[in-house]
Amino acid sequence: MMLIRPSELKRRGILGMNRRNLDYIGRHNARHLFPLVDNKIKTKRLAREYGVPTPTLRHVIDTQHSIRDLGEQLRGLDGFAIKPAKGAGGKGIMVIRKVTDGLFVKGSGQTIDLEGLKRHCSNILAGLHSLAGSPDSVIIEDLIDPDPYFRDLSVEGVPDIRVIIFRGIPVMAMLRLSTHASDGKANLHQGAIGVGLDLATGHCVHAVQYSNRVLTHPDTGVTLDRIAIPDWENLLTLAASCHDLAGLGYLGADLVVDQTRGPLLLELNARPGLAIQVANGEGLLPRLQRVENLERVSPDAAERAGFAMTHFARQPARPTA
Amino acid sequence: MKQKTVFYSFMALLIIVGLSLLWLRYEQLGIPLMPEKQVRVWLVEARIDFNATGDETLVNLSLPENPPGFQLLSEQAASPGYGFSRISSPEGRRGEWSKREAEGLQNLYYKAQFAPTKERDSRQPAAAELPEPQQILWEEPEATAASDLLSAAFQSSSTEASLTRELIKTINKGEGDQNASLLLDDMSPEQLLVRLLNQADVPARLAMGLELEDARRNQSLTPLVDVFVDGQWQIFDMGPEGGNGVPEDVLVWHRSDGPVLEVMGGVNSQVRFSMIRQTVPALGLAQGQSGGRGLSRFSLYQLPIEEQGMLKLLLLLPIGALVVAFMRIIVGIQTSGTFMPVLIALAFIQTTLVPGLIAFLTIVGLGLVLRGYLSRLNLLLVARIATLIVLVVLLTALLSVFGHELGIDLGMTITFFPMIIIAWTIERMSILWEEEGAWEVLIQGGGSLVVAIIAYAAMQLPLVTHLTFNFPEVHLIILALILLTGQYTGYKVSELYRFRVMADDR
Repeated sequence: MMLIRPSELKRRGILGMNRRNLDYIGRHNARHLFPLVDNKIKTKRLAREYGVPTPTLRHVIDTQHSIRDLGEQLRGLDGFAIKPAKGAGGKGIMVIRKVTDGLFVKGSGQTIDLEGLKRHCSNILAGLHSLAGSPDSVIIEDLIDPDPYFRDLSVEGVPDIRVIIFRGIPVMAMLRLSTHASDGKANLHQGAIGVGLDLATGHCVHAVQYSNRVLTHPDTGVTLDRIAIPDWENLLTLAASCHDLAGLGYLGADLVVDQTRGPLLLELNARPGLAIQVANGEGLLPRLQRVENLERVSPDAAERAGFAMTHFARQPARPTA
Repeated sequence: MKQKTVFYSFMALLIIVGLSLLWLRYEQLGIPLMPEKQVRVWLVEARIDFNATGDETLVNLSLPENPPGFQLLSEQAASPGYGFSRISSPEGRRGEWSKREAEGLQNLYYKAQFAPTKERDSRQPAAAELPEPQQILWEEPEATAASDLLSAAFQSSSTEASLTRELIKTINKGEGDQNASLLLDDMSPEQLLVRLLNQADVPARLAMGLELEDARRNQSLTPLVDVFVDGQWQIFDMGPEGGNGVPEDVLVWHRSDGPVLEVMGGVNSQVRFSMIRQTVPALGLAQGQSGGRGLSRFSLYQLPIEEQGMLKLLLLLPIGALVVAFMRIIVGIQTSGTFMPVLIALAFIQTTLVPGLIAFLTIVGLGLVLRGYLSRLNLLLVARIATLIVLVVLLTALLSVFGHELGIDLGMTITFFPMIIIAWTIERMSILWEEEGAWEVLIQGGGSLVVAIIAYAAMQLPLVTHLTFNFPEVHLIILALILLTGQYTGYKVSELYRFRVMADDR
């Protein structure tokens, strides 16, 4: 079967790109707020104000000539991540796991020297990875030390949890697991696994790779059906509170769980993708409309998370195909 | 909801206004809706530029007289402050501008409309007295070459006409014939033919013609050969066929012994031609350019031809924009650079599809290879793109030379591509390649090309070119359609594929 009928998509409440752009992003996200989420430095600053934990920021590089000091700045850091402040979709992120004999070991196990890092920073500053190629800044932050539960789920990359938040209420969530095919990246179209999560419990409801249903992780062999995110309520509350700091009505938040610090906000997205629907095997529209019809929404993040847990629980298990 | 009602009624209004204006223009001015129903005419504008020296000025321009294959429909001269008259002299029809005192740069215009006719016979009886062949003097070694060439041609011909054809064949050999190549060193083939014929006691002279091509500006006249054969002047085509007759789409402008342009009281004079192909209804022809009332005041025909030619192309842009909006919003094809496909499509219009496609793919392909080397150099982004622009221009030049060597006339056509856009395209594709792999490059590059080809096809339709130019109000309708696609919240066709798995479970 090559195509699905539009009426079928509608019946399943699938949100399409045009509708997302017009009715949700266009109507609920004020343009002037976009820079807050498109620039990770601004997001971090706001997050600190609102008490939302993020990975610790070590350095910011704004100009080409200050790249000279990179070696000095990296001294004493054992593992870190270099990111473009305005990058999108994980582009331009370089993870350095450890430093041995002046060589930097990347997440993939390859090594790179200081010159290589400087070149990478220079490219970031020139806007190679930024949205629309505009000039950018480099941020250097601490590595995430993933919670042991997550460490075993995927290969190379750190699993992250994408939550769509509408008017402050989490409406859908998925866990993204990188694979060898996705080269450690968490993007679904590159071959990462998307695990749809039940908002009530944080349990897996459905999982896909390349849009096809999968039951186990192809590299680690983990049975995906058994996944249950620990400390789910806390994580969902953190997601709900992201709405307060960004002010965007329709928002995607990427969260990770750190072994020592607990749930951290990785980045926010003003134009979250639609693949989360495929991962959940369910459309966003009914939930979005439910939230749209609410007269008023609680100002308290925990209460909003509670609303999501009661109203967006997955219906009692149905026979799987 | 209320906002939506306002929006949709506004759209309806736009469409209704567009349609009614269209109807009015059709009814009142008789411009047909279909391109076929029209008479195609050429509007030619001659522009004379010169620097007046401050004294009395007299400008004398040769005007076409019964040009073979064309019928003169109307003519007018526009030049502020100048008196204008047409005179019939033994030298043919001429236009004369005069002014008592003029200083500085002067521009004089002469505009004429020609309708093509089936009658392509170029024969013209001689004036009162029979023409005499001119005296031709050669210097050595040209003299020997010329007489060698002539006697060879003389041997293999029997009449004046066949002699002319033989000579054309020899001259066309160019490098292949020693005598011809020697003589061609310091004159054009046409000049050479005229001299040789006169030497053989066949009266011949240079006539001047204008090659007609739609929306061309700043053109000059090209020489033609007029030979006195069988008691009549006849034009001979120097083309490979070498027959008598005027080449197609050449308007014979000047056919006498005098000069094309004479200027007294001025220096640095030149005459340049612009032309445009108009589709004018037979009815509208009768009404002529009497216009100036009602809707016709808003007709683009009023503009100088140079501007009309430019507008003709510009008015196609909205069609391209509509195609892109439709393909991206409703079909969901990914393109690299939102409106790059429109620019490529515009270039295709100038180059025609297949040569344009080959040239484009070659340049982008080679550019990608070179960009691969560039990425090793570790350059800053702006410098990298600037480098790419230089490389793309060089590649274009190189390709033109190669194409010319191989006899493929890509040369001129490639230059129509927007170089800077191509450089950006190469840069984007290259980054896409590094980050997402070759597959994604194929999808986006292919998507751009598909959209460009569809836009090209739409912009190329005779009906579309006809409507956009002759009925400018069509653009109100296009505008409304584009605005409407901006409100489309339904699924894209591509999403029917993307979400196909959603049908599987349950």
